[in-house]
Amino acid sequence: MSTSTLPLLRVRGIGKRYGERVALHDASFDLWPGEVLAVVGESGSGKTTLLNAVAARSQPDEGSVQFHTRTGGLQEVFAMSEAEQRLLARTDWGFVHQNAADGLRMDVSAGANVGERLMGLGERHYGRLRATASEWLQRVEIDPQRIDDAPRTFSGGMRQRLQIARNLVTRPRLVFMDEPTSGLDVSVQARLLDLLRQLTRQMQLAAIVVTHDLAVARLLAHRMMVMQKGRVVEAGLTDQLLDDPQHPYTQLLVSSVLQP
Amino acid sequence: MTDVNINFAYLDERTKRMIRRAILKAVAIPGYQVPFGSREMPLPYGWGTGGIQVTAAVIGPKDVLKVIDQGSDDTVNAVNIRRFFERTTGVVTTTRTRQATLIQTRHRIPEAPLAEGQVLVYQVPVPEPMQRLEPRETVTRTLHGLAEYGLMHVKLYEDIARYGHIATTYDYPVLVNGRYVMSPSPIPKFDNPKMHMNPALQLFGAGREKRIYAVPPYTAVESLGFEDHPFEVQRWDAACALCGATHSFLDEVITDDSGTRMHVCSDSDYCQSRQQSPATPAPQLEEVA
Repeated sequence: MSTSTLPLLRVRGIGKRYGERVALHDASFDLWPGEVLAVVGESGSGKTTLLNAVAARSQPDEGSVQFHTRTGGLQEVFAMSEAEQRLLARTDWGFVHQNAADGLRMDVSAGANVGERLMGLGERHYGRLRATASEWLQRVEIDPQRIDDAPRTFSGGMRQRLQIARNLVTRPRLVFMDEPTSGLDVSVQARLLDLLRQLTRQMQLAAIVVTHDLAVARLLAHRMMVMQKGRVVEAGLTDQLLDDPQHPYTQLLVSSVLQP
Repeated sequence: MTDVNINFAYLDERTKRMIRRAILKAVAIPGYQVPFGSREMPLPYGWGTGGIQVTAAVIGPKDVLKVIDQGSDDTVNAVNIRRFFERTTGVVTTTRTRQATLIQTRHRIPEAPLAEGQVLVYQVPVPEPMQRLEPRETVTRTLHGLAEYGLMHVKLYEDIARYGHIATTYDYPVLVNGRYVMSPSPIPKFDNPKMHMNPALQLFGAGREKRIYAVPPYTAVESLGFEDHPFEVQRWDAACALCGATHSFLDEVITDDSGTRMHVCSDSDYCQSRQQSPATPAPQLEEVA
């Protein structure tokens, strides 16, 4: 953990409604550098709404999101210009989609997918781009021989790993993940979780992971938040929360997990 | 020969004014695609309806018009457009690049250097250079607005990854005035360096896509590339079989059934003027900045 006295991300009282329906109400938390926070809850509980609002992908109706930028200290994300927000989103942040096709260019080779962010930042040397892409494919356990293949020809697990490489190539400090492991079979899930745990530790990467899978939260996250009907009903250290749930809904969630 | 029942240059005056406004805006923001109310023309889309509307909006009775298609003055597209303007304006037409004040072109820039005061009008099928990689126009407009052009290099990267070199040979993307990435229309990349710091005004009209853009005289036009795979133009091992030119864009023409072929200049006016006076110097290709 960094010794910094300021959090990397400070979220205060954000809310979002769709017409009359409240999708998210008064969510607040701090995220520290290198910390992994899991957001759990059933479908429709507001997890993804929270993630999109915090990642500045949709504007919340109320509340504030502050990010500790490399240059200017804690800055209000929604006070930034669109250009600044987008720059942040492709340098210091990453976003891993549930469906890899949303986060990848499916008809463009794996190498170009990994290199796109770098080219966007002005890298104009083909040889270096290729070396970096190859190195990142190795780090996410994809055979570098496949650097010129399109992700369309990749398996689900490989696509998800490629998406991670594409996001991490600019060495972001914060990654948002929306159900990164759902839709993968259990052995592939285990490998991906292992990889994520390794990468977050190596890179001192902070992450917010939205998941409905408590096992993912237990394996990856230092802290977790439980959401129900757009509200955060319980938050705390992962093992504490899973082993000694206080809120009735958390108790229900924990007791619903199937034991093989 | 002018048809008295048709307004000068076919379009009505209000339409011409609307197009001129779009052109002025395009000249003020080099490389930026200005939307305009493209009209139905008595030609099908793909035949140069955008270029014709731009020409119609800027042409005056004293203009001397030249129309080329693939460098040639006598192919069907060029002949038809030239006859269209002869009938609707009565202006003098020419095939000589140096005599023309207004040149409408499809797929080439003339070999003879252009001069101040000349206007070159391009026919553009697809004005958006990123369309192949990003089909949503809402997105490409944002990318232009914020000058986020990483995507353009993704395309060139893919070329090198697949073919070992940048295989794009026409419609090769350029950066105009250090700001907007622009499609130069399907001219061969051989012609790209001619756009750079050209003394003539270059106007681009896309009729179906309803966009006008421009490169004003003496504007920097840089072809994109990588440091280790820079932009390069095509070269030929042959010289023109008719005029002997070695620095012009050559077409390969098959002359019989047994595969005999010859290389000839694609710019027919340039080739003929060299045949008449072989002393005509080859144009110097300017270096790209």
